[in-house]
Amino acid sequence: MGNTLSRLRILLLLPLVALLGGCNFVVMNPAGDIAVQQRDLVVISTVLMLLIIVPVMALIVFFAWKYRQSNADAKYEPDWDHSTHLELVIWSMPLLIIICLGAVTWSSTHLLDPYRRLDRIAPGNAASLLEPLQVEVVALDWKWLFFYPEYGIATVNELAAPVDRPVRFKITASSVMNSFYIPALAGQIYAMPGMETKLHAVINKAGVYDGFSANYSGAGFSGMRFKFHGVDQAGFDAWIAKVKASSETLSREAYLDLEKPSENVPVRLYKEVAPDLYKAILNMCAQPGKMCMSEMMAMDAKGGLGLASARNILPLKYNISMLDGSSSTKNYVASVCTLAEAAREAADHRSTTTPLDPTPVTGAGLARPGAAPAPFNFTPAPPPAERRASNT
Amino acid sequence: MSDTAVVANTGLAKFIFGRLTLESFPYHEPILVATFAMVALGGIVLLAALTYFKLWGYLWKEWFTSVDHKKIGIMYMVLGIVMLLRGFADAIMMRAQQAMAFNGSDGFLPAHHYDQVFTAHGVIMIFFVAMPLVTGLMNYIVPLQIGARDVSFPFLNNFSFWMTTGGAILVMMSLFVGEFAKTGWLAYPPLSNLGYSPDVGVDYYIWALQVAGVGTTLSGINLIATIVKMRAPGMTMMKMPIFTWTSLCTNVLIVASFPILTAVLALLSLDRYVGTNFFTNDLGGNPMMYVNLIWIWGHPEVYILILPLFGVFSEVTSTFSGKKLFGYTSMVYATLVITILSYLVWLHHFFTMGSGASVNSFFGITTMIISIPTGAKIFNWLFTMYRGRIRFELPMMWTIAFMLTFVIGGMTGVLLAVPPADFVLHNSLFLIAHFHNVIIGGVVFGIFAAINFWFPKAFGFKLDQFWGKVSFWGWVLGFYFAFMPLYVLGLMGVTRRLRTFDDPSLQIWFVIAAFGAVLIAIGIGAFLVQIAVSIWNREKLRDTTGDPWNGRTLEWATSSPPPDYNFAFTPVIHDNDSWWDMKRRGYTRPLEGFRPIHMPKNTGTGVILSILATAMGFALIWYMWWLAALSFVAIVGVAIFHTFNYNRDFHIPLEDVIRTEGERTKLLAVQAAS
Repeated sequence: MGNTLSRLRILLLLPLVALLGGCNFVVMNPAGDIAVQQRDLVVISTVLMLLIIVPVMALIVFFAWKYRQSNADAKYEPDWDHSTHLELVIWSMPLLIIICLGAVTWSSTHLLDPYRRLDRIAPGNAASLLEPLQVEVVALDWKWLFFYPEYGIATVNELAAPVDRPVRFKITASSVMNSFYIPALAGQIYAMPGMETKLHAVINKAGVYDGFSANYSGAGFSGMRFKFHGVDQAGFDAWIAKVKASSETLSREAYLDLEKPSENVPVRLYKEVAPDLYKAILNMCAQPGKMCMSEMMAMDAKGGLGLASARNILPLKYNISMLDGSSSTKNYVASVCTLAEAAREAADHRSTTTPLDPTPVTGAGLARPGAAPAPFNFTPAPPPAERRASNT
Repeated sequence: MSDTAVVANTGLAKFIFGRLTLESFPYHEPILVATFAMVALGGIVLLAALTYFKLWGYLWKEWFTSVDHKKIGIMYMVLGIVMLLRGFADAIMMRAQQAMAFNGSDGFLPAHHYDQVFTAHGVIMIFFVAMPLVTGLMNYIVPLQIGARDVSFPFLNNFSFWMTTGGAILVMMSLFVGEFAKTGWLAYPPLSNLGYSPDVGVDYYIWALQVAGVGTTLSGINLIATIVKMRAPGMTMMKMPIFTWTSLCTNVLIVASFPILTAVLALLSLDRYVGTNFFTNDLGGNPMMYVNLIWIWGHPEVYILILPLFGVFSEVTSTFSGKKLFGYTSMVYATLVITILSYLVWLHHFFTMGSGASVNSFFGITTMIISIPTGAKIFNWLFTMYRGRIRFELPMMWTIAFMLTFVIGGMTGVLLAVPPADFVLHNSLFLIAHFHNVIIGGVVFGIFAAINFWFPKAFGFKLDQFWGKVSFWGWVLGFYFAFMPLYVLGLMGVTRRLRTFDDPSLQIWFVIAAFGAVLIAIGIGAFLVQIAVSIWNREKLRDTTGDPWNGRTLEWATSSPPPDYNFAFTPVIHDNDSWWDMKRRGYTRPLEGFRPIHMPKNTGTGVILSILATAMGFALIWYMWWLAALSFVAIVGVAIFHTFNYNRDFHIPLEDVIRTEGERTKLLAVQAAS
């Protein structure tokens, strides 16, 4: 048994040997400062744990061998089942290691928080910190869309950033969850519809790196790959010029077409982008006539539309279920175009039905239904004092 | 299905069949047709054999309607092993697909199949392999270990088993009627919402888990009541065998966490069936709530699986080292600490979803803290071996393999609990390697240790050594070959659930992993051969003592297999290794003074209720509303009707008890003389 077990242990070392030989271990050998620090943590934690794992494994094999039945020389104490000293060691050894690891975890989690602005671009190099490049990322079914708001351009499945300049990614998705991951650059973060996550990172070595989705998102998931180009400033300028020289424009209509599911999509470059398209995608209102979530939240903060909102619903122009051939439709909240329309809507409603129950609706900030079109005269974000007053 | 035009039912056909059409049957997909032909052929042979040997009545009377915890335990194990074959078939397909899909090759599985395969693999392995095996084990062993004649609620036990089976049947049905979910085993919305998964797959997922979930929750309640209320006199909590302790903790976890799963799946089905917006993107819904809720169930679930096996390893180590378990008290407290902490770590499954640094650190550190009691357990097993006399029988071999394998899985688990490290390893094949490392290295190795350990108790003969060793080496080597390459691939940044690959340098690792899967297949095959060979040679392997391993706990005090009533006299307990203690104090078996024994009566209500629940699930999946309503009314009706059944217990007559015990006395005398 002992022999076979040691054979087993040699087997365990096999991957380690290969690891030392060095393949394309991008996680272990990244090119961006954030990913390098994350790699260091992987190594530090592993070493810390090996401090206890290795002796334990050795002891398991040793005891199993030493106290085998055929070894009559070994001591046999069938009733020995307690030792306070040993218990103390047993509980405190892992505890000490976890205290160390916990301290490392607490500080590193805060320092490497993807939402945190970078304070250096490389170890000891905080001096040449540039203003971060802004990139807005949208995970679509099944490709990546990148906006460069400073340059007014967009690309599909191709990303570039200058070496040693911080990048600030704002990330969302159009339909289902994905995870935005460029192993050479930095750890991943989920891309979720109607929500925005952020990632700060910097690339320190020029090169072409793989990026992909790290969260399964449906049939075309395997093909959701893109190349990330780390280039020098001149190269980056040239890349921007190349995108600007392309012929396509990403209008709302072009986006709605792009949004439809497609697989293994080749690189596409857009020299121009419809204004505020990323904001519209984030607020789930890229489709014309659909109310943005930001608008809805602003209205809700003012007390909502009351009964009028119940009628302010339209069927979605397309959704994936309809593309699949089934007939189920999904509704959405239409945008309130003008105050006059909203008022007419409310007036309409009053003329056709009367509330069955005349007792007032007592919700926070809800006006009595049918009282007056008061909730409609909203203005975007009044100062807090005024908002309180209008709600009473 | 994806290529053909969808022909929807209309009119009367729509009323009767809902959305079930001829197109729902995958008759145009050769792989599935071949599989179906095989399954149908096997099924027909089985049914014919049962009819020919006139076994239907026997099966119905002695097994299906049985409320005996031992028979139910064995049926759970059979269910788990049958489903293991299905779950493993999925695994082999995935390994083959990933080893092939390079250099522009699309492999042999289109996305439509591949995505179902990995979803089904996860769902089946967790819910219909690991859960039945663990539940079956607890069902069989716990009442024997605490000196009880059955569980607290014998009918409920039968009903729980059949509900679990009902869920398994729904999952199997999805193979040939319609399709299974293509969402991954936890069915995250928005992907699992109607908008992105309009077909029946997610509905199969929901109703299979809901039906099986009823069984799991009820069996949890049942075992808690049994352990709390039915222990033999003298067995205080701190004198319970350690396996009973870990079972108690597991069942507390089941009862506290499965309702969350039921609730979150109910919310998801409301989204899918009546158009609410709990987890949609717009209209106020938020998919992140689903992810939180499902993991508040999901994390305790992994401890539900592993804790009973920790108990098994404790019993095995102590028995085969011929020594008391080292640090019983600290073992119990370690188990309790794990039970409580398992509720405080769920967010570590989604550090990358954008929680703040403080939240992530909190959950990272709580996760690491769990490794302290787990580490203490490993040390306790280690010092149980220390100064022992270790017999390397099969259960002990599995235990040593577990200890060596599990510490690696524990290490990579703590590594993943460091949030910034998780950012680079989350969802990668490193994660896949990690949880297979703990689930195969812990749960599966533990199940095999337990089967080899307790099989002689259940059937009266030991399992064959040779084939047991083949199975052992197949599994252990297979595990290392299959999953160590995945650790490596994870460090190369390869993510999970990919169907095709660009980088040809990765292929060699997937080929090694596929080779490992073949070794595991040999392990599974050898296990089945082991069972068959042992049945064939059962007279040679026969154990007449009831205590083949020189055991320590109460289950070894009775005959193998135990009589229906387990113990003719309720034992009195003075020590936590009660049977060891009895043997040492020169316990003699009482030979007279027997009395008739009060026992619960068999009933078919559990089977009927489960059939109705499965029918209701099927009806809801296919929108056959009339059938759903009808079966629901029938369930309520049968349940009420059953409450009026007062004819539910009987006494085993005195002469039967005397005869059974007399036979055992004779056997023991023969044994002693030889």
